[in-house]
Amino acid sequence: MSLPKRIPWTLVLFLVGLFIPVLGSRYYTFLATDILIFAMFATSLNLLLGVSGLVPFGHAAYFGIGAYVCAIFMKDLSVPFLAAWLAGGVGGALFAAVFGFFCVRLTSVYFSMLTMAFAQIVWAICFKWNDVTGGEQGYPNVPMPSMAWLEWLPWVGDLRIDHKFYYLTLILVALSMAAMRRIVNSPFGRILTTVRDNAERATFIGIDVRRYRLIVFSLAGGFAGLAGGLFGIFNRGVFPDFCYWPKSAEVLIMTILGGIHHFWGPSVGAAIIILLNQYIVSYTEFWPFFLGLILLVLLFAFPGGVAGAFAILVRGVRSIVGGRG
Amino acid sequence: MSELLDPVFLLGQLRSGLTTAMFLFLIASGLSLIFGVLKIINFAHGSLYMIGAYISWNMTLILGKTSLGFLGAVAVASVSVAILGGLVERFLLRYMYKREELYQLLFTYALVLIFADACKFIWGTQPHSVSRPPILSGSFDLLGVRFPHYDLFIIVLGPLIALGFWVLLNRTSFGRIIRAAALDREMVGALGANVSGLYLAMFVLASFLAGLSGALVSPIKSVVPGMDVEIIIEAFIVVVIGGLGSLWGTLLGSLIYGLTLAFGILIFPRFSIFAAFVIMAVVLIVRPWGLMGRPVK
Amino acid sequence: MLECRNLRKTFSGFVATDDVSLSAETKRTTAVIGPNGAGKSTLFNLITGHLQPDSGEVFLEGRDITGIAPHKICGLGIARSFQRTNIFAKLTVYENIQAAFIAHGGRGYDMWGVSERLFRDETEQMIEHLALQGIAGTIAGEISHGAQKQVELGIALAGNPRMLLLDEPTAGMSAQETHESIALLDRIAKERGLTLLFTEHDMDVVFSIAHTIAVLHQGRIIAVGAPDDVRCNEEVRRVYLGGGKH
Repeated sequence: MSLPKRIPWTLVLFLVGLFIPVLGSRYYTFLATDILIFAMFATSLNLLLGVSGLVPFGHAAYFGIGAYVCAIFMKDLSVPFLAAWLAGGVGGALFAAVFGFFCVRLTSVYFSMLTMAFAQIVWAICFKWNDVTGGEQGYPNVPMPSMAWLEWLPWVGDLRIDHKFYYLTLILVALSMAAMRRIVNSPFGRILTTVRDNAERATFIGIDVRRYRLIVFSLAGGFAGLAGGLFGIFNRGVFPDFCYWPKSAEVLIMTILGGIHHFWGPSVGAAIIILLNQYIVSYTEFWPFFLGLILLVLLFAFPGGVAGAFAILVRGVRSIVGGRG
Repeated sequence: MSELLDPVFLLGQLRSGLTTAMFLFLIASGLSLIFGVLKIINFAHGSLYMIGAYISWNMTLILGKTSLGFLGAVAVASVSVAILGGLVERFLLRYMYKREELYQLLFTYALVLIFADACKFIWGTQPHSVSRPPILSGSFDLLGVRFPHYDLFIIVLGPLIALGFWVLLNRTSFGRIIRAAALDREMVGALGANVSGLYLAMFVLASFLAGLSGALVSPIKSVVPGMDVEIIIEAFIVVVIGGLGSLWGTLLGSLIYGLTLAFGILIFPRFSIFAAFVIMAVVLIVRPWGLMGRPVK
Repeated sequence: MLECRNLRKTFSGFVATDDVSLSAETKRTTAVIGPNGAGKSTLFNLITGHLQPDSGEVFLEGRDITGIAPHKICGLGIARSFQRTNIFAKLTVYENIQAAFIAHGGRGYDMWGVSERLFRDETEQMIEHLALQGIAGTIAGEISHGAQKQVELGIALAGNPRMLLLDEPTAGMSAQETHESIALLDRIAKERGLTLLFTEHDMDVVFSIAHTIAVLHQGRIIAVGAPDDVRCNEEVRRVYLGGGKH
């Protein structure tokens, strides 16, 4: 017996995901929604980190922008949810394009720092622009989207609103992940990996490196914005700290913990961090301390992240079980 | 509006800007040094500074509020942080030299998280402050502006430290090896110099500076969680403006930043929160290697 | 095909390229030789747009291409390899070459297709051509140096160039590898009617396949001509062939 060549993870995870609310626990559904959103956020970051070799420190800016745009459109401008959500993504992508234009002209450390500088400027604007963003107090009471259309699914009609929102999130996140997956596996994605591995050489096969970087930076910002839009609703409010650099650090850690060289790595990382957070926070207030320890362990023992370690394990098992597979 | 142009007021802002600048320089110089030689961007530098402040405060409780007590507290704090730095370098950091930048940064960030919570655990979250040592608690009048002795002390200390570094790097054999190692670590190692011992020494020295700065800042700013992050961001901006790895650049960057902040507040009161990052962004866009760094392209 | 006229480049006072004029005839092999530091890589960088010359021009089939950005030069039919092996280390050998086909095939902005499926035939053909079948699935960063150079050649050829610029193609190779590699190069150049311009400092390599040799010394061309003429040139013997220069 040999192991299947490729497990259709996307499908498996989606099916598993469908069953979470059936467990009937608001707590599990809450966690699952949180994980879905951050999995998407982290995967968007990995478009830059793992696929393109860019290290942004300010990715949370686009998450925040998406959250604000979506929330403001829905509440102040009475735009229907789907349009507002997409507007959030567009907002994220637009800002990413503008900031990215300057950032992609730089490399490594300087690139990272400029992305952070821009993110902090966005944060400062959100913090101060009381009229539009609610300033320091944030933008509370983001309305829940109308989810009546979900009720054609037989068991959904009777569910509480949290569970309904979970399904909405599951569907939207699944679609977004599928889109990102498509991009990663496309010729465009392949070229991005060449830019990552050797930008100079890529130039010599006719690649305009800066343009590719700008495009992927905008895409990543767009998907981050979409994730942010969902989070703003989930969180029942949008706050400036969505853009603040510790948020960027948090998503960076999730991505690296999970493994940047696998598409599902960041999602795994997001799940681990969120679950660990919940667990540890119930015992002690010193979550950052433990996060730091986890990071150290990660850095010293698992350079490839969890997904990397898992892949090595799978390869090892395959070579034992599959023989000459 | 006319009060803004009042010379006394302006002089006061100048004094305040210079003090901020110089004491930022104390921190940023350590950061710049570590980057210049070890090629690592050390986020945890702000944490070492914070630990220095906490230890110093703690020691003044024990040693008393006399000038000698203060001196003792500062000394103990600086040395403790230096030792801590040495331990970190020896047992953790040295394994990171060969890793990619991203992982090095993540490592220093992990230290930030750990140190911050450790401080919270040991010293709590209440702000603390230290009174100035009697010997420096007075002030004098300069052209109508009240000039605290302590501020003057800091303003003078900055350039002194810069000079000290300059002498160390350019006039001693230790310094010469350091500069060579910064350019080509392997070569220097091949020539027989104890490069890893060198790196340890540099890190200990930078940590000492961080601890010293933290101890010295405790009479001016309150010692509170979050001071590590606040200072490291400012230090970064300074180092970016001046140029990563350039000592004089760092000094220049500190001055520019400190003074811009002091005078910028007059023009645009909401300025401060943006100032830092706008300056940083502008510098990175226009001249990423800073005013005095080596052009990288 | 390619003509450089009076190229000059200085770096803070150091004259790297001094009034260099050079022609590479269509479908012929031209070699630029010279000791280390003679300015060979700089010359290549000037041709391919990595560096802007202080003065002078570069013409490709009569068209002025001086200083055009590298990623556009590639579209004009010139491909280049590098002295330090320059491949995509984390991709497999197969993916390396496939990526080159994708780029040259103008499919780089396609976000919907599946990259795996594109240009399979072409990639497989190229791999056979270069005898890389055995390691096609191996990560490129893990194969031998000589094999990496082959991959690099594959990447360069994927664009179906009319001209190949090779910067020290046999650097770091053993004598055996050098011999094989050069034979392969010669064969490929003849099969595809390529114009070849390469730099080397291994003399045997050069004399065996070059039609024209140009000798570079301290940034200046000191001799140009057929191999036999160059071999007999006094100055060349003194500067280069006689007595282990650095």
